Amino acid sequence: MNTLDFDQGNTIIRTKDLSVAYGEKTAVSKISMEIERNTVTAFIGPSGCGKSTFLRSLNRMNDLIPSCRVTGSIEIDGIEINDSNVNIEGLRQLVGMVFQRANPFFKSIYENIALAPRYHGIRSKAELDEIVEQSLRKAALWDEVKDRLKESALALSGGQQQRLCIARAIAMQPSILLLDEPASALDPISTMKVEELISELKDEYTIVIVTHNLHQAARISDKTAFFLMGELIEMNETSILFTSPAQKQTEDYITGKFG
Amino acid sequence: MRAKTIDRIATYVLTGIAVLIIAVLVGLLGFILTNGWHKLTFDFITSPPDLLKAGGGVGPQLFNSLYLLVLTMLISLPLGLGAGIYMAEYAPNNRITQSIRLCIEVLSSLPSIVVGLFGLLVFVTMTGWGYSLMSGALALTVFNLPLLVRISEDAIRNVPKSQKEASFALGISKWRTVVTVLLPAALPGIVTGAILASGRVFGEAAALLFTAGMSSPDLIFHDFNLDSPTSPLNPFRPAETLAVHIWKVNTEGLTPDARDVADGAAAILVLAVLLFNLGARWFGTWLFKKMTSVTR
Ligand SMILES: Nc1ncnc2c1ncn2[C@@H]1O[C@H](COP(=O)(O)OP(=O)(O)O)[C@@H](O)[C@H]1O
Ligand SMILES: [Mg+2]
Repeated sequence: MNTLDFDQGNTIIRTKDLSVAYGEKTAVSKISMEIERNTVTAFIGPSGCGKSTFLRSLNRMNDLIPSCRVTGSIEIDGIEINDSNVNIEGLRQLVGMVFQRANPFFKSIYENIALAPRYHGIRSKAELDEIVEQSLRKAALWDEVKDRLKESALALSGGQQQRLCIARAIAMQPSILLLDEPASALDPISTMKVEELISELKDEYTIVIVTHNLHQAARISDKTAFFLMGELIEMNETSILFTSPAQKQTEDYITGKFG
Repeated sequence: MRAKTIDRIATYVLTGIAVLIIAVLVGLLGFILTNGWHKLTFDFITSPPDLLKAGGGVGPQLFNSLYLLVLTMLISLPLGLGAGIYMAEYAPNNRITQSIRLCIEVLSSLPSIVVGLFGLLVFVTMTGWGYSLMSGALALTVFNLPLLVRISEDAIRNVPKSQKEASFALGISKWRTVVTVLLPAALPGIVTGAILASGRVFGEAAALLFTAGMSSPDLIFHDFNLDSPTSPLNPFRPAETLAVHIWKVNTEGLTPDARDVADGAAAILVLAVLLFNLGARWFGTWLFKKMTSVTR
């Protein structure tokens, strides 16, 4: 069958001619891209070029926007996720997302993490406790919050809240983590912590991160994709893309000529 | 310089208005309470009214007010909340939704006496219940529903969109998102709405004259048989409330102490509303904390 022919080797996300439009306005046009398992891929490009839109189509968050139309193909683990019979809840378990602004629930730290696993069928308190602890540990937050799990998540600092959101996504045991400018609202120290965290998570997850910060992209990613006006201009090993870009537009962007 | 002067004048004027409002409120409360204070005895609060002699109380009326409040809220809160959820999260943005919204607006501006007459026609006559608590509760539901729908819709809409996104991104269904994420976050607004609505139930007379009726059987408080006409819990018995009683005593009271009774009943009504408000607020805060761990 088709899925067996599929190169299971390393590609986990494969888009083909993916276009996304809001009403009449095309935000992403005909992007084909492959992303390998357990790598960090950074999306860069001036704002409004469609990075978030592309990212949000990978877990079908664009479904929430009535005017949004997605065409083309997205395969994740060999499965076409734009099919109408795809289980979206299952997809979103597999593909976690962290947003630009930390958005913890108006709940306790514990509940923030336990909510989704409980919804997806884990009822035993001991099991939930374990998931909460492991997720917080992986997000490098456990030591800071272990004594106040029952307190409101809103009392945490901005950086802690963002790491909590990462922990919350990890608790679902996804294969893929989508991060949309996760550090853009954070101070430098919190940013550094989030970056360290991403580097550690790479071993277990495939990470796709949108970032405005070129240094950040260069520091943490294996591959970088440069977007411009809804198109994918260039994608390559990060070290190559930043030192010897193939396209003139990429060079202009990374040398600060525009954007 | 000019801007500063205007600013200062505006500050004075606004402060003046605020002080005036508070003064009126305090004056009113003080007046009602001082007039009725001497009536606040155990006897007055618990004994039934006397039609001819002095010395009657308002026991059944106080109980009726509270029981009617509970009944009304039991009916109107789920309806209002359900409709609010529908309007905020499920209603498509089309003509039908717009006309529903228009209906709610119109309903909320109906004079309560009209609601009362409608209740007389539908809940008293057509149902064949006669004057009853249930008829009153349904009339008050008609009266309160627009407020409850609007307030719960607003409260749910005002929860930041990012909360919903976070929940959907975790693969949680829409309904569970509404119940476990949006509703708890919207709770303070909903509680405020419920308190407002309750205040209206306590104070309403016009809508109840012809629905819950202007008389109350002498309740036997240890009679728990729901069918018995003297059982306090029977929802199909007539039930004059405190507010209706005040109106009745003032207009057609025959006892020599009618004026006194009205004053006392007014004081009790005000105190009950006050206590209920404080209690409901405390409960709301407690519930919000329980559900969200957020202290406010
Ligand atoms: N919900 C939306 N409705 C309509 N247009 C949108 C919406 N979200 C994004 N867009 C448009 O799509 C384009 C790409 O936006 P986005 O993907 O957010 O870019 P980026 O993340 O690269 O800054 C922009 O022109 C933006 O105005
Ligand atoms: Mg963006």
